[in-house]
Amino acid sequence: MAGVTEPELRHAGLNLSDDPREVREHVESDVFGFWVFLMSDAVMFACLFAVYATVRHATAGGPTAADEFKFHSAIWETGLLLTSSFTYGMVSISMKHTRGRLWIAAFIVVTFCVGAGFLKMEAHDFVTMFHDGATPERSGYFSCFFVLVGMHGFHVFSGLVWMILMGIQLAVFGPDERTKVNLIRLGLFWHFLDVIWVVIFSVVYLQGLIR
Amino acid sequence: MTIWHILLGRLTWSSLAFVRAWRDPTLSELIGAAAAAIAVGGAVVLFGLLTYLRAWRYLWSEWLTSLDHKRIGIMYMVFAGVMLARALIEAVVIRTQQAIAINNQGIVGPEHFAELFSTHGTIMVFFVGMPLLIGLMNYVMPLQIGSRDVAFPYLNSISLWLTIGGGIMMMASLVVGKFSTGGWSGYPPYTELAFNGGVGPDYWIWSVSLSSLGALMTGINFAVTIYKFRAPGMTWMRLPLFTWTSLCTSILMIFAVPPLTIATLMLAADRYLGMHFFTNDLGGNMMNFVNLFWLFGHPEVYILILPPFGVYSEVVSAYSSKELYGYTSLVIATMAIAILSFTVWLHHFFTMGQSAPINAFFGIATMLIGIPTGVKIYDWIWTMFWGEVRLNTAMLFSIGFMVTFVIGGMSGIILATPPVDYMVHNTLFLIAHFHNMLIPGMLYGVIAGYYYWFPKAFGFRLSEKWGRRTFFCFFVGFYLAFMPLYVMGLGGVARRSQELFDPTLRPWTIVAEIGALLLFTGLACIFIQLYVSIKQRHQTRVPVGDPWDARGLEWSMSAPPPEYNFAVIPQVSRRDAFYWRKKYDGAYRPADHYRDIELPKNSMCGILVGMGLTACFFGFVWHIWWLAFLGFAVAFGTAVVRSFNRDVNRVIPAAEVAAHDRRWLDRAAAARPIPRHLELTPENEGLAKWQG
Ligand code: HEM
Ligand SMILES: [Cu+2]
Repeated sequence: MAGVTEPELRHAGLNLSDDPREVREHVESDVFGFWVFLMSDAVMFACLFAVYATVRHATAGGPTAADEFKFHSAIWETGLLLTSSFTYGMVSISMKHTRGRLWIAAFIVVTFCVGAGFLKMEAHDFVTMFHDGATPERSGYFSCFFVLVGMHGFHVFSGLVWMILMGIQLAVFGPDERTKVNLIRLGLFWHFLDVIWVVIFSVVYLQGLIR
Repeated sequence: MTIWHILLGRLTWSSLAFVRAWRDPTLSELIGAAAAAIAVGGAVVLFGLLTYLRAWRYLWSEWLTSLDHKRIGIMYMVFAGVMLARALIEAVVIRTQQAIAINNQGIVGPEHFAELFSTHGTIMVFFVGMPLLIGLMNYVMPLQIGSRDVAFPYLNSISLWLTIGGGIMMMASLVVGKFSTGGWSGYPPYTELAFNGGVGPDYWIWSVSLSSLGALMTGINFAVTIYKFRAPGMTWMRLPLFTWTSLCTSILMIFAVPPLTIATLMLAADRYLGMHFFTNDLGGNMMNFVNLFWLFGHPEVYILILPPFGVYSEVVSAYSSKELYGYTSLVIATMAIAILSFTVWLHHFFTMGQSAPINAFFGIATMLIGIPTGVKIYDWIWTMFWGEVRLNTAMLFSIGFMVTFVIGGMSGIILATPPVDYMVHNTLFLIAHFHNMLIPGMLYGVIAGYYYWFPKAFGFRLSEKWGRRTFFCFFVGFYLAFMPLYVMGLGGVARRSQELFDPTLRPWTIVAEIGALLLFTGLACIFIQLYVSIKQRHQTRVPVGDPWDARGLEWSMSAPPPEYNFAVIPQVSRRDAFYWRKKYDGAYRPADHYRDIELPKNSMCGILVGMGLTACFFGFVWHIWWLAFLGFAVAFGTAVVRSFNRDVNRVIPAAEVAAHDRRWLDRAAAARPIPRHLELTPENEGLAKWQG
């Protein structure tokens, strides 16, 4: 790749080399703004994790984490989410190498399906827990568990809705500047959710499974 | 489940303040009904007036849908002014109650009294302090850094309407239902369902949520603007100090607001979904709320105080005709305060029962903040030293601030000592302390900034006579209103007391009452000042735009500025860029060539999203689920539809820009430069005489 300019390197997913300087700068600040949003979202999750740490044993005589968590489903969910992050990476690469909207759309669809699979598994987990009486009303511990993990799940859900919208925009406008910027942002969002999930997996599930 | 229940949720006849007063006409209820009548009457008069003046179309197309940061800033300030009037009247009622209710019930009952201090505190912090400052930053900061707008103008408009939506909820709580009685901090378990089944805490939760959402987005918006939209050459150490403090405040908003969001969300989960975050039973722990709340709450006071520090820096430097003394130390001090503000939250609950070393740590951390703050005070004093100081309204407020704020800082050091705090925790001493910080630290600063930048925004100066009267009322009023509270607090009088039992307190409460009335008179003076100044505007016009011989880029354009701010983006080579341009005669020169300017088109999406979410949250308060759903659908649908709109900008042709600039330059060439000591006379057309 000869002649890679500096701003291009900073947003490697975006092929903007032909765009005028002002457009590139604008894109840069658009993406930066989203980074800042993610940072504040990270603070929000940090607060949730902090509260979670304090209620680890507040099960009030009800079911405990070790009773309820299933290692295999947690690991499967992790696998699905990480895979979807990889496939979203393919969206960015297709965009970078201007493979045309079909490739981009195809990888969005794959990501969507894998992400939806994750959500389905998570929902299934929740429902089984509800059946066991491990509901958010049961104890402070499960209140926090469901809000923390549910908040992540809600983010994933929002990501899926966003993917649908981006799919439509791609069909309507093709990969124009706005669509590309939003695909970049969606990518950041999606990878961010992976990072959060990794923490959830280790702090909530792995620790919770210790008897 | 009747049809009414589905349609109106928890709303019943007796939710209405008027009906309550009709059924139970006690003085307390009548006062409540009168307040509701003022709210309803105010709205009716406003709507009637707008219709009568046929101003709706103008208002809608020029203001409500505007994405111009200047107009959004002004709307923030107008909104905050209305809320300030309400919260200040409530403060007067609180003081009147305590002046009367010594061994008797006074004028408002316990519940009503609790509503009063809760709404006063909530409004002052979320709907007066924040919008006033966000308004000021919105107007001034992009001008100072040489930008045409903020980074995300559409987001800016959404933030505005979310904040206003929160204010509408606060106003609605006067008329339908009752507000929370849990104070501005809304501590559970008291605010849990078990003790508070009504709508009060829900009003608090959702109006605060609207405000915090707005503030968070504003923080992101401003931070990105300052990082990415500075004019070429505007390096970090050339930023005006107000911009520095705006940046620190934005960063604080980005990091401090999420804990509040989480705290209110968890409280809502407890109240709506029967969870157990903060309940007394089943593993709830209310200290989690307290920690989260103050993890937000302490940085919040710096969100409120840092921008006024920036205002004082600008004002003192301009009206002393001197470069800001110790610029670098001021920048470092601002940053230090911003960072330290995250390390002290525990001083709000020294009495929680944690170990002494923990209290000692947070006590010391708290005292440390005094150091950078002290540095600032010295810097401002040195800036005035040997300068050509003009003691106008803004300077009076600045000096009044320095004196008063130092006293508040001293009482802060006292409170930061845990053993002492055990004695005065939750007494009026604390109330006196934080008003001693916030009234000079926030209100005085906003008034000074308002006086200073008003001519820039509207093209004419504010009345100096009424400004001085305002200062007198706010300065003397503060001391009268709050010094007695120090005394009473040291005597052990608890805050939030509806009735007092010691007759010897009476002299103090009466002095405090007079002070509160004087403060209220001060606010009246501000409104009169505005009215008088508009009347006299023909004698005070400053179209050239530099009435104070000031130094920053915001003074380098006409007053009021064109909508695109800068005809050409300036090149900055030093701090105080405009000052140096005046010195080396580069000011008031036409550009080599003008270019087309792209600006965002007006959009009604901001108001739709904001009002949609407001309706949604109002539905949550009253359990009107269809309204909640509908409101959310409107907000979400608007956002989606807008994302499909690619035609969001309009272009102002270069010729138009050039013509406008030329007209202004002609105006400047025709104006008579006036020396500083004449700047308050009608001669001042906004062109300052070069005096070195
Ligand atoms: C301008 C004149 C003001 C007056 C006369 C005034 C008066 C009062 C009074 C009498 C109280 C109740 C004290 C008690 O609990 O017994 C109070 C509480 C409070 N005020 Fe002010 N205040 C003023 C301005 C402000 C400002 C500018 C702010 C903040 C920006 C503010 C924030 C608060 C807060 C947070 C509370 C505590 C509410 C609670 O207990 O939950 N006030 N004020
Ligand atoms: Cu504090």
